[in-house]
Amino acid sequence: MIAPLQLTQEDVLRVLESVKDPEIDTVSIIDLGMVEKVSVQNKTVLIDILPTFVGCPALEIIRNNIIKAVNIIEGVEETLVNFINSPPWTSDRITQKGYLGLKEFGIAPPPKHFKEDGSWHIDCPYCGSTYVTLDNIFGPTACRSILYCKSCKNPFEAMKLISNTM
Amino acid sequence: MSQATLTLSPEYKKALIELLFQLADDDFLFAYRGSEWLGLAPHIEEDVASSSISQDSMGHAAIFYKLLEELGAGNADALAHARPANERKNCILVERVNGPGNYMEDARYDWAYAVVRNYFYTLAKKIKVQSLKQSDYQPLADVAVKVDMEIHYHLLHWKTWFVQLLSSTEDAKKRMIQAIEKVMNDFPDVFSFGDGAQQIHSYGLIEEETVLKERWIAALEQVLETAQITIPETTGVESKNGRNGEHSVELEEALEILGEVYHQDTAAAW
Repeated sequence: MIAPLQLTQEDVLRVLESVKDPEIDTVSIIDLGMVEKVSVQNKTVLIDILPTFVGCPALEIIRNNIIKAVNIIEGVEETLVNFINSPPWTSDRITQKGYLGLKEFGIAPPPKHFKEDGSWHIDCPYCGSTYVTLDNIFGPTACRSILYCKSCKNPFEAMKLISNTM
Repeated sequence: MSQATLTLSPEYKKALIELLFQLADDDFLFAYRGSEWLGLAPHIEEDVASSSISQDSMGHAAIFYKLLEELGAGNADALAHARPANERKNCILVERVNGPGNYMEDARYDWAYAVVRNYFYTLAKKIKVQSLKQSDYQPLADVAVKVDMEIHYHLLHWKTWFVQLLSSTEDAKKRMIQAIEKVMNDFPDVFSFGDGAQQIHSYGLIEEETVLKERWIAALEQVLETAQITIPETTGVESKNGRNGEHSVELEEALEILGEVYHQDTAAAW
């Protein structure tokens, strides 16, 4: 006789590791610190997700990708994804693994702190040089800025610093 | 309707809905006017920046409409697109055209006006949002925390333009001062909460107009001091109050264009 499989939170979290940012395939939504809560009630999975930016157009894509991935787990009948605003997503929620994944993609991870004048600094994700200029605080997506490395002459992007101290 | 919204008294809900319409409609029109600069901004980096700001702002409008939907006020998309001008609660400032001409042809938009409007509006939004963080309605306070973080960068951006153009050539300064006068003429209802103000404040949803406006003036005066100019007195010629549904014809034209695709098939999922 085979014992009935009990669906656990760990099963879901493991699968969520495979749900990537739709535009950055080297980081998962877990690496980005977007997964706030996973709960399992019988055969229903409830997942609370923190949007990085309120108006991020990728949110519905992420919702669908989560549902697709979690529904494959044996024993899951329904997956409900809820976007919540509290606690707010902040860029320090990105994990160490997320930092590495971003760099691999050519995106500098977010800086840790603001300087006194409200600006911030980040090193080049390619060569590590600190001689960079900020071309545009705003970039191709809401969460990214555009910079240029004067050492290796590469343009690059960085995740914006979003913090509770703003 | 969520669990939290079921226990609100009808009067409380009415005041809350009133305030949320003002916040949602403000950002909806502000984002639309901003998006009309796409491809027309002074340079490519500005095009990226201002369209990103418009996208963020539309996100803020969407989340305020979503809060309204949770209160049973209607579907968020319909609230954004299907309400006529006389039901809109946005301030006059955000409905104004960007300048002469039309986006599709012969747009002769005024960048000085855009910079001043965007800076003054964003500074006002920052002050409102910081007040909303203490709002009695927790879901609104939570959203305010999020919006406040995002507009940190918007404000930085428009302040940079504002200060630089004011300290640039004589021609730039002249155009900026003209733009400041134009924006200030439309400013009386920006901090107004309309006929429902008393109820809005009695439930602790946001602080009062005079308090917020004082903060706005104090913040702006610091910046204007360095440029050696003062905030002009508003003439009061434009006495319309958008919070009470009074608007210019510019709003009607904007809503017509904004809703063009939506009205072709109101049931479609986008």
